[in-house]
Amino acid sequence: MSADLLFWMLTIAQILLALAMAATAYRIIRGPRAQDRILSLDALYVNAMLVLVLFGMKTGTTTYFEIALIIGLLGFVGTVALAKFLMRGEVIE
Amino acid sequence: MSLSELPLWLVLAVGIFAILGALLTLVGTIGLVRLNNFYERVHAPTLGTSLGSGFILLASILYFSVTAQRPSVHEVLIFIFVSVTTPVTLMLLARAALYRDRMESPNARLDPDADIKSEIPGLEIREIR
Repeated sequence: MSADLLFWMLTIAQILLALAMAATAYRIIRGPRAQDRILSLDALYVNAMLVLVLFGMKTGTTTYFEIALIIGLLGFVGTVALAKFLMRGEVIE
Repeated sequence: MSLSELPLWLVLAVGIFAILGALLTLVGTIGLVRLNNFYERVHAPTLGTSLGSGFILLASILYFSVTAQRPSVHEVLIFIFVSVTTPVTLMLLARAALYRDRMESPNARLDPDADIKSEIPGLEIREIR
């Protein structure tokens, strides 16, 4: 009974996060300039990380937690690299 | 402790924290869609990285601390990492955006309420996308 309730509450939270990911995907596609797209990509990977934490709570294993940690690390590196590219690429051009 | 004998207060606390965090993250990304220019949009997704991830990781700490019957604090690692790196990336991104706007229109006064257009008549300025 209480396990069912927890399952559905976590599913609702995951659906809300999926809607948030759809909103960031809209801004990635639509976004007028490159910096908007990079900002949305940053928000997208944070949301994906939170969805994986919720998956880990649903299954009761801590494996998903480590995947979430790796997504956090690599997303940070990727966003910093893209932001640097926006400045350097313009200098050469 | 098996999954079927979870106490009700734990289920309610974990579920409410998770839904609250997800809702705050959704509000942040709706702001990302609806706000008008880049310098306003920079502020919106930080709601998800600070409060959203804070509540969801708090729910995770609660859940794994009770089910594993020992304190589970490795979620704090994710929270510290996210809350340290997000200002760094957003500051770099905002500086890159400011630099690009100034490259496009060097003489224009930077008006945060308008899209950046050249204020010099007759001067063709290519917008870099």
